[in-house]
Amino acid sequence: MGRSDASRRRFLGGCLAGLTGGACGQSRGPSGQVKSGPAGGPSRVVIARDPALRAGGGPDGARLGKLLDRLLQAFYGVDNPGEAWRRLVRPGEVIGLKVNCLAGKGASTHPELVEAIMERLQQAGIRARDILVWDRLSEDLESAGYRIATGRDRARVMGNDLLGYEDELSAFGSAASLLAKALTQVCDGVINLPVLKDHGIVGVTLAMKNLFGAVHNPNKYHPNTGDPYVADVYMLPPIRQKVRLTICDAVNGQYEGGPSYMPQWSWPFNGLLAARDPVALDWTGWQILEQERARRGLKPLKDAGREPKWILTAARHGIGTNDPGRIERLEV
Amino acid sequence: MGGLQDRRTFLKRAAALPGLASAAEGARRAEDEARYVAEARYYEKLPHRKIKCTLCPRECVIDDRERGYCGVRENRGGIYYTLVHSRVCAANIDPIEKKPFFHVLPGTTSFSIATAGCNVNCKMCQNWDISQVRPEQVRSLYLPPREVAALARQNQCATISYTYSEPVIFYEYMLETAEAGRAAGVKSVVVTGGYIMTDPLKELCRRVDAVKVDLKAFSEKFYREVVNGELKPVLAALVALRKLGMWTEIVYLVIPTLNDGDQEFRDLARWVKSDLGLDVPLHFTRFHPQYLLKNLPATPLKTLERAKAIADAEGLHYVYLGNVPGHPAENTYCPRCRRVLIQREGFFVRSLHVRGGRCEYCRQPIPGVWEKS
Repeated sequence: MGRSDASRRRFLGGCLAGLTGGACGQSRGPSGQVKSGPAGGPSRVVIARDPALRAGGGPDGARLGKLLDRLLQAFYGVDNPGEAWRRLVRPGEVIGLKVNCLAGKGASTHPELVEAIMERLQQAGIRARDILVWDRLSEDLESAGYRIATGRDRARVMGNDLLGYEDELSAFGSAASLLAKALTQVCDGVINLPVLKDHGIVGVTLAMKNLFGAVHNPNKYHPNTGDPYVADVYMLPPIRQKVRLTICDAVNGQYEGGPSYMPQWSWPFNGLLAARDPVALDWTGWQILEQERARRGLKPLKDAGREPKWILTAARHGIGTNDPGRIERLEV
Repeated sequence: MGGLQDRRTFLKRAAALPGLASAAEGARRAEDEARYVAEARYYEKLPHRKIKCTLCPRECVIDDRERGYCGVRENRGGIYYTLVHSRVCAANIDPIEKKPFFHVLPGTTSFSIATAGCNVNCKMCQNWDISQVRPEQVRSLYLPPREVAALARQNQCATISYTYSEPVIFYEYMLETAEAGRAAGVKSVVVTGGYIMTDPLKELCRRVDAVKVDLKAFSEKFYREVVNGELKPVLAALVALRKLGMWTEIVYLVIPTLNDGDQEFRDLARWVKSDLGLDVPLHFTRFHPQYLLKNLPATPLKTLERAKAIADAEGLHYVYLGNVPGHPAENTYCPRCRRVLIQREGFFVRSLHVRGGRCEYCRQPIPGVWEKS
């Protein structure tokens, strides 16, 4: 893709986001939007889609890789994917890929996506042995199709059950947790790889909720539809400091019945989302799920008693913005 | 409901799993499954492989492969399991006074066990390193019910205590251990926050001999903000315990600025008097900075004495102070002749003047559990 194409799409996308986003905010947004987002201008959320992404039951690895390149180029506004990845990581760093594997093969981060990311990280100078694919439990990783690898001579794939947790609590607001050593000790930076999915208790599970996999006690953080817990957990300093980018696996979306995999409520979104601002990504993903719910005749999450109010709380914490007027939404 | 899952089934399942880190890891997981996993007794099956736990008032609705708030119960394909059967992370022989029970076999020892997990999350928890973790996050010992009973007998313990974390969350294990203890001539006592539904509480009361409830405050606000729970179900459990004839003692941890007001002490004492009776022991114990309340000081002694004075003035017969070794309010006094019946120093009994459940001096009946068998 040439620079001019990307720039034009970005410009148009930005204009559209400004127009439609404002209308969204007035008509069906949450009870409040926080106008002041993170410093440095609007938060960019890129959505890349490929209607022909699938081959058989899963994504076509080659097409997924190309979609990933398109996503990252648009996000960073660069002409080639290598440049995008070099902006994200530096040689010598240890990079963690925080996947979401609770739901098994149907609704977890696809191994094909992780493979594509690993390949590009290595092209950007990250050694294979300095990549850690990580989630809460090794058995969850296995159930999603990953093979556990603990040796230091290649990329590692393992759960917190093998890597362990810190001994000292980290606390913010309602959250007090032992953080995963994968986050605190192993990785210099983390790329967050959630999925686009409904959640039966906290409304949606996207970027911020995926970091429940970095704490020892996620079971304590589901009351009150996760508010303010999801936002408070994300405020824990190592999470704020180390998560550099969220790439949401939206090959499939699931608009009801999550977090378990429910094929009857899944649909092929055939896309990926990227954002540095997790609030903007979660707000955008939530709207996508709401649109699909509406299309299928399901009531909005608010009426279902599980509006993800923690997105607003996260915006109030200053993690990012949920204001559509400040979210630069690019569709490529 | 089924008991422990068949060991062979789990070993076969584990062997079939692809890509396990190592055969040893697979074998370890399979062994854990076979030892510690049993179907839960109290839950309802819901559509789409969801379940609702009916063990505690939280009534968690849990998706497949998820756990309840307690962190030790897991939905697997629409069947709910406890993961902590026989999975002991703390085992000690303690004086019964440490629980504290002051009217249960004074001067004896209690074989005390806990598993990981809790159904609340108190900011002052002194055992958060086991109560607020998942079972796989702490080192555990395999201690099946009959072995607990045998160890208790072997160590001349008069009772088995279910304590330290929150025994409601290891309910099935507690029930079976209490049965095994009873068969071996060892009583069972429960140290709990009382956050339990009525039906499982009734079943529990058929198997155990005494319950100590940590009543953490007498306000819903405190329960909501500090405990992450509710007061009302705890009060209901206390009333149910009394109606079921279960020997019950109450501990109230007095925390500066949070639950130490005179009116709260008075409301508590009046409620105990009206809803439970004058004979229920009420222990006001001293708080020490812990966990998420390290910013608060230890409870001043005068605050504890004020609490006791208020409860005494309401007419309660047995009001104690705890965590203040050597204080005269550690002793049991006869409500009629006012003589010292049980003299204590910390966790130790220095003299005992209760005979056959009566004051040795004036023959006033003294309620409690005084006989070993």
